[in-house]
Amino acid sequence: MDVEKTLDELKSQMGEMRDSSKNKLSMVVFSGDLDKLLAAFIIATGAVAMGLEVVMFFTFWATPALRDRKKKGKGKDLFGKMFGFMLPKGAGKVKLSKMHMAGMGTGMMKHLMKKKNVSSLEEMIALAAELEVKIYICEMSMDLMGFKPEEMIDYPGKEFVGVAKFLEEAGNSRIQLFI
Amino acid sequence: MADINVDVTMDLKGLKCPLPVVKVSQQVKKMQVGQVLVAETTDPGAHADFPAWAKTSGNEIINTVKEGDVSKFFIKKLK
Repeated sequence: MDVEKTLDELKSQMGEMRDSSKNKLSMVVFSGDLDKLLAAFIIATGAVAMGLEVVMFFTFWATPALRDRKKKGKGKDLFGKMFGFMLPKGAGKVKLSKMHMAGMGTGMMKHLMKKKNVSSLEEMIALAAELEVKIYICEMSMDLMGFKPEEMIDYPGKEFVGVAKFLEEAGNSRIQLFI
Repeated sequence: MADINVDVTMDLKGLKCPLPVVKVSQQVKKMQVGQVLVAETTDPGAHADFPAWAKTSGNEIINTVKEGDVSKFFIKKLK
């Protein structure tokens, strides 16, 4: 009978521990590939449904996916202009990591996704905003690639931050991912 | 089946992952404890996803009915 009692005590302690640990998912989004970005947003929105708070930290090649195709950055230097020209201008322009085939593969995939009613990356970003997924953008990547805050999408509550901010969030999270 | 009182029915047919689970979780938030939601879906992943979601969110799937391609999940809000 003692064993049962101890078990009950342990169970209640476990429950308390679970409640006290923060219910959060932190994600580094590093890749600028369409497929990986889609995966990131599917996990992010799914996690909100599972009751988690979600934080996405966009860095390096993922940064240009958050550019607004209709906006322009002002006062860029030569390298900034070059990066701006060479990197995708927003979520509608990112490519598949495999089978891009000069645009044919990516086009075909988008066609298939539409046909099979799979949400596009733009729709997933809008859904994430609706579900209050937090987006942080790496300040250093912005600076390195010459992107200006005014050319990024209007995402509610987006912030430009450094690595310490991500690590603070990751430290308070139950799940951390790098995509 | 006749004795289950359904409060809300959601037509999620044609929606793909992650939308069925996202939409159901949003709807359940608006409901009262004890109310029952029926989610109608054609997503094959739903058979794994709804039980996983219910377990994590602390709700209960009281019945599952499969009619051809459409599966109906009866979800009771527990908290």
